[in-house]
Order: sequence, then structure tokens, then C-alpha cells
Amino acid sequence: MLNSSLTYNVSVSGVFQRNPVAARTESFQPNTANGEEPADLFSEEDSGPAARSSNSPPGYKSSGVHSDDDSDLFAGVLSRNGFYCSFWKLLLFTHSFSLIQLEEDEVKDNFELDVAVTNPEKIGDGMNAYMAYKVSTVTTLPMFRNRTFSVWRRFSDFLGLYEKLSLKHSLNGCIIPPPPEKSVVGMTKVKVGKEDSSSADFVERRRAALERYLQRVVSHPSLLQDPDVREFLERDELPRAVSTQALSGAGFLKMINKASDAVNKMTIKINESDTWFDDKLQEVESEELQLRKLHTVVESLVNHRKELCGNTAVFAKSIAMLGTSEDNTALSRALSQLAEVEDKMEALHQAQAASDFFIFAELLADYIRLLGAVRGCFEQRMKAWQRWQESQSTLQKKREAEAKLLWANKPDKLQQAKEEITEWEGKVTQYERDFDRISVTVRKEVLRFEKEKSKDFKSQLVKYLESFLQSQQRLIKFWEAFLPEAKAIA
Amino acid sequence: SLSRQTARSVSVDLNNDASLLIDIPDALCERDKVKFTVHTKTTLSCFQKLDFSVPRQHEDFIWLHDTLVETEDYAGLIIPPAPPKPDFESPREKMHKLGEGEATMTKEEYSKMKQELEAEYLAVFKKTVQVHEVFLQRLSSHPILSKDRNFQIFLEYDQDLSVRRKNAKETFGSFFKNMVKSADEVIISGIKEVDDFFEQEKTFLLDYSSKIKDSTAKAEKMTRSHKNVADDYIHISATLSSLSVDDNTKVEGRVASDEELKLTELLRYYMRDIQAAKDLLYRRARALADYENSNKALDKARLKSKDMAQAEEHQQQCLQKFDKLSESGKRELTSFKGRRVVAFRKNLIEMAELEIKHAKNNMALLQGCIELLKSN
Repeated sequence: MLNSSLTYNVSVSGVFQRNPVAARTESFQPNTANGEEPADLFSEEDSGPAARSSNSPPGYKSSGVHSDDDSDLFAGVLSRNGFYCSFWKLLLFTHSFSLIQLEEDEVKDNFELDVAVTNPEKIGDGMNAYMAYKVSTVTTLPMFRNRTFSVWRRFSDFLGLYEKLSLKHSLNGCIIPPPPEKSVVGMTKVKVGKEDSSSADFVERRRAALERYLQRVVSHPSLLQDPDVREFLERDELPRAVSTQALSGAGFLKMINKASDAVNKMTIKINESDTWFDDKLQEVESEELQLRKLHTVVESLVNHRKELCGNTAVFAKSIAMLGTSEDNTALSRALSQLAEVEDKMEALHQAQAASDFFIFAELLADYIRLLGAVRGCFEQRMKAWQRWQESQSTLQKKREAEAKLLWANKPDKLQQAKEEITEWEGKVTQYERDFDRISVTVRKEVLRFEKEKSKDFKSQLVKYLESFLQSQQRLIKFWEAFLPEAKAIA
Repeated sequence: SLSRQTARSVSVDLNNDASLLIDIPDALCERDKVKFTVHTKTTLSCFQKLDFSVPRQHEDFIWLHDTLVETEDYAGLIIPPAPPKPDFESPREKMHKLGEGEATMTKEEYSKMKQELEAEYLAVFKKTVQVHEVFLQRLSSHPILSKDRNFQIFLEYDQDLSVRRKNAKETFGSFFKNMVKSADEVIISGIKEVDDFFEQEKTFLLDYSSKIKDSTAKAEKMTRSHKNVADDYIHISATLSSLSVDDNTKVEGRVASDEELKLTELLRYYMRDIQAAKDLLYRRARALADYENSNKALDKARLKSKDMAQAEEHQQQCLQKFDKLSESGKRELTSFKGRRVVAFRKNLIEMAELEIKHAKNNMALLQGCIELLKSN
């Protein structure tokens, strides 16, 4: 039943089937057991019917659903505590996506370029002030002049880069990583020089988001090759991007949403022989919904934990006061020790709230934006299809017109009509090719995206859990130190 | 109906005397009304049977407490604080909200929240049973109060007590209580104290009372925050369920530590107990005021050479009463101190040990999770 690897079998009907792998420690390799070349999914010819024997259950599609085997492995271990129950589920969620594998080379996983965004600095004063960020690159790629270099960029530069990339690549069906949102409130606070924790938080949040944005851009093989990206990373002075007024991540998303409404109103429904796109789009939409829900709850968690912080600090002070009032010496000392422990707990809660936010909440926010971008590339494909369909109907009209002219016997107009027909025949061919090409790209992009997402979620989750682990370790130390004090009460 | 556990750390060393053992093994919750089954096992001859149970309501406990407070003979004793009314307000409100929001939630989320609420109901229920039980056990372990006739009636009378209750002067009790609350601070601090012990006790109790009230309120706030965090994790868990396929893991336990709930309970209990101790001081202060007034009356009578014998007798009575109160008060307050220290010690140790145990469990789970993720 279990194959030792994961393969895609493309049957004639075009439905994808997948062999689930239950064991978690298997390594993934392309299936060359039969000495055959792994099927190139992305060539233009149809692969023949499945050349490898398929043991997959019929109709099992790559829908992100985990197999029952997985749940057995995990069930007993984590069922005890509700908190860990939630991580168990997140684990399954990411695990299911790690079962997906591309047939193409995995070579591109070695990163030849690392980028970091650091040292936010306020430049200027008053309402014209802005934050500048240091963008540092370390690379072995020959297309760059040096191995390590840094430049200074401001937020609008990042938005400008996004605009340029969108204009060039989104028509191809590429998933362009969206930059973080603009924030008038946040920036105003920084500009007027409000030196409190909320504006420090805001700057840090933005810095981290910009870093992740760049990391996603450079990890995209096509985008990395784009000269605008190179220029962004390398060039000392960038011309100021002015038109970013209109386009921010949110702005672009609004455009997408308008487009999707337009598409839905289309009278000609795309007739897919391959349901992959439909299914995938539905998946993406439902996932986006779930992530939004989750994000709301995580935000609530962050706020509640901040409250807990405050209440713990207040409680600590109150217990300290009670301790001073207590006339039994040993109990009095124990109570003041308790107050100190609660103070330390407050610091722990504080750190945990930061972790909740910067690791968990921001991860969700990023992927909500990214899923919007994924929807965007589906829309681009729809537009390409529409263009093709419209060109076909235009061609049809031209042919009808020609027929009419033939009958009416007007030779000079006939010549023009024939020219137009040739022209439109060419367009039809071109648009069909465009559509096929964008379909291939979208498919590739989505699979790549899912892989990245799984990696991302996993690594962030590990970070989150490790921060929890640390806090539990410290908690144990605090209470173990307190215990003898409590026992000493007499 | 619910069977009881015996672990408690609010008050220790109760229910050890085999001659009179009381517990509440069972309780029924109908809407808001809780019916407690009070079970007594005794070797004392004043009771008709050796082993018997009666059903009691919260109001019966209050009646008993009030009659004890009103008994002159017990003026020198710390009367154990009355158990608070069972309060299902919080879970009930949440249940109501849950019902309203049912349409907007997934089935998974709804059932998890429902489970959580049921656990909360259960916790409130257990707490109220415990607090009523401790009240009775304080009485049974007190050398004087355990012999009180009304206490025995409470334990034994197998008819509905509410008939008897209505005959008692309930209004007087509550009036008395209100008076005490508004006046005691002034009266207690106004007294000219000759006795060092009481001087110290007075200072201590007044100060400690306000501080423990504060700590109790802050502990409650902190515990509520913790609950909110735990509730959020339930929502997260439920939402994640809809991202992956259904599992059948039950949401057990919570991040909100029971340990902290325990501390809150301890503080709450001693806040009430301190009040009872202050009531004693108040009664003694009143007795002292009476004595001083009787002295003045005696002087006046001597001056007028009229009703001297009467005035003398009155003065002697007042003095006797005051001395009795002082003597018994000293005893009570000393044992109260000891009781408080022992209870705090037990509670703090248990809390620390539970925190450590809980954290160690968490660490094991976390390490398992992390390894699982990394090995993939």
C-alpha cells in the first residue's frame, strides 16, 4: 500500500491522484524505481496514462487532507492539554502540506542569497520624517558586483519594487509576494516622535515584515532574476517611487477583488477539462477564510495575554503589601517571595505575548495577504482565457462578415476582410498559447507556494514552540526557588 | 448529583474528631438551587441516630450562621464565616451567549465551547459544595459551637427547615450585619485599649483586612484574564480543526492554572474569616463601651446615692461580660492566627508543586512537538 515516494500520476482525464505517505520520517525522492524518467508535468504534451502502478485510493486528490495514519501517530501524545491540542492540529495542517513534492529538481533549495532588513533609523523631523532601513545582502551569485553589500531603503521603495514586479510578472500568472500594509496611524506616531513601546513595536513589526517580504521575493526563482530586484538590493540611490500612493498591498488586493466580481459575472463559464484549477481555487478561498478567522482569535489572544500581564503585575504588588502586613515572619517572607515570583511571571507573559504576536499573528497575516496574491494569479489566468475566448468569437464574426461579403460580391472589402481574418487567426493562436503558458505557470507557482508555506509554517511553529519551551523552563526555576520558602513557613 | 473529593486546602485539620464527622457527599443542582446532602456520622449521645443524612439548601446554612451570630453566649467566639451564595452567573451568562452565537460557529467550535462551559459549571459547583462543607466542619471541630442546639437541629431535623427558619427573626440578623459593616472600623479603632494583645490584634486585623480584600480582588482579576487566554486557545483549536480533518481529541485541561484558582480561593476565604475576627473585636469593643458606660452610671448613682446596688450589679455584669469576651477572644484569635498560617503554608506549597508539575508536563509535550516537526 505504501510507496516509498510520492508521485503525481496524470491520467488521461486529467484528475490528479496522489499516494499518501503515512510515515513521517521518509525522505522524498522522485520515483525512478522503474528506470523511467519522471514525467515532466510541465511539458506541453499530455503525458500518457499512468506509467507507474498506482496504489492510490481512487479519487484521492491533493486537497491538503491528511491521512488517517497520521492522526494515530499523534493522537495519544498531545491530547491532554487543550493548548497543545491546538498545536497538534497546526502540526497536522503543516504536515499535510509537506507531503506534496515537486517532480522537478529540488536543487533550488540551496540558498545562494541571503537578505536581511535591519537598523531602522528615523531620518528628518516632523511630518516629513521617514524611517530608513538597512538592506544587507550576502550572496554567491555572479550577477552581483560584490559578495556582501548594504543599501538604505525606505518603505515607499519597497512598495515601488512591488509595483514594478506586479506590472511585469502578474500577467504571467506569477504569485508576487505582497509587501506589508501602509499605516498612517503607525507612521504618524513615529513622525511626531512618540517614544513609547507602541511605536517601537510598530517599527519592529514593520522591519520584520519588510524582511520577510524581501526574503520571499528573492526565494522566487523568476523574480530573483528580475533586474529591478537586483537594482533594489544593490544600487546606492534609488529614484523615489512616487506612484506608490495608489498601490499598496491592500490596493492591489482591492483590484483583484473587483476583477473577481467581474469574472463571476462572465456569462461564458470556463469549461475545464482539468478540474485542478477550480478545486485549487476553492481550497485557496476557504483556507483564506479560515486563516482570517484564526488571525482574529490570535489577535484576541495577544490582547488577553497583555491584560494578564497587567493583572499579574498588579496582583504581585498587592501580595507584596499583604506580606508586609502579615505578622508571622516566615509567612511574611514567603508572601514577599511570592510577589517576586509573580513579577517574574509577568515578564514571562510579556515575552509570550510578543511571541504570540511577532511569530504567530504575523505569520497568519502574511499568509492572508499571500493567499490574496494567489487568488490574483488565478484571476490573471481567467483573464487570459477570456481574451482567448473573445478573440475566437471575434474571428468567428470576421468569418461571417467575409461570407456575407462573398455573397454580396464586393472584392476590395473582401481583401480587407481576408486580412483581418488572418490577423485574428494569429491572435487566436497566440492567446491560446498564452493561456496554456499561464496555466502551466500558475500550476507551478501554486505548488511552489504550497511547499514554501509548509516550510514557513513549520519553521515558525518550531520557533513559537521553542519560545514556549524556554518560558516553561524559566517558570520551573522560579517556582522551584519559591518552594523552600513556602515549606519554611511555621 | 456529584460525589465529593476530600482534598481541600482552605482550612486544615478539620473533621478529624471521630465523635462528630460531617461531610457533603452529594449535591444536586436544579437551575440555580443547589440541594446539599449533609451527612453526619457520630458517637455522641445527643443525637438520635449514629449515621444520618438530611437535605439542606443554602438558606438553611445562612439561618444557622445568623442564629449563631445572634447568640450572646458566643459573643467571644469567632463565628465561621457564612458560605457565599452559589453563583452560577458567569457560566450561565456564557452559556446564554453561546446559545445565541451557535449559528455563527462551526459544530466543532460549539461543542468545544460547550464542553468548556460544562467544566466551568462543574468547577463552580464543586467550589460551592466545598465552601458549605468547610463551614459545617469548622463548627463541628469547635469545642463550644459543636454543642450548639441549632447546629444539632440543622444536622438532624429531617423535615424541611424552611418552616423553622421563617419563625426566626431574620430581619434582626441582617440589620445587625449591616450595622457591623458600617460601624465596626470606627468603633474598633476608637476604643482605648489597655490590653497589649488586643491593641496589636486590632492594628493587625484592620490593616490586614483591607490588604487581603485588595489581594483577593486582584487575584480574581488575574484568574479571569487567565481564563480568557484559555478560551482563546479553545477557539484557535477549533478553527484549526476546520483547516485539517476532524479528529476526536477531547479538549482536556486548560492553560489557566488551577493552582492560581486555588490561591484566589484561599484569599477569598480568609478575607471572610478576617471579617469574622473583626466582628469579634467589635463585639468586645461594644462590651468595653458598655462597661465604661456602666462605670459612669455607677459614679452617677453614687453621687446621687440612688439605685446604687442596681448600678453596681450592672457594672459587675458588664465587667464579667467584657472579661469573658476578652479571655475567649484571646484564645480564638490566637488559634485563628495559627490556622491561617497553616492554611497559607499548605496552599502555597501545593500551588508551587502544581506549577512545577504542570510546567514539566508542558515541556515534555513541547519537546515532543518540536522533535516531530524538526524530524520531518
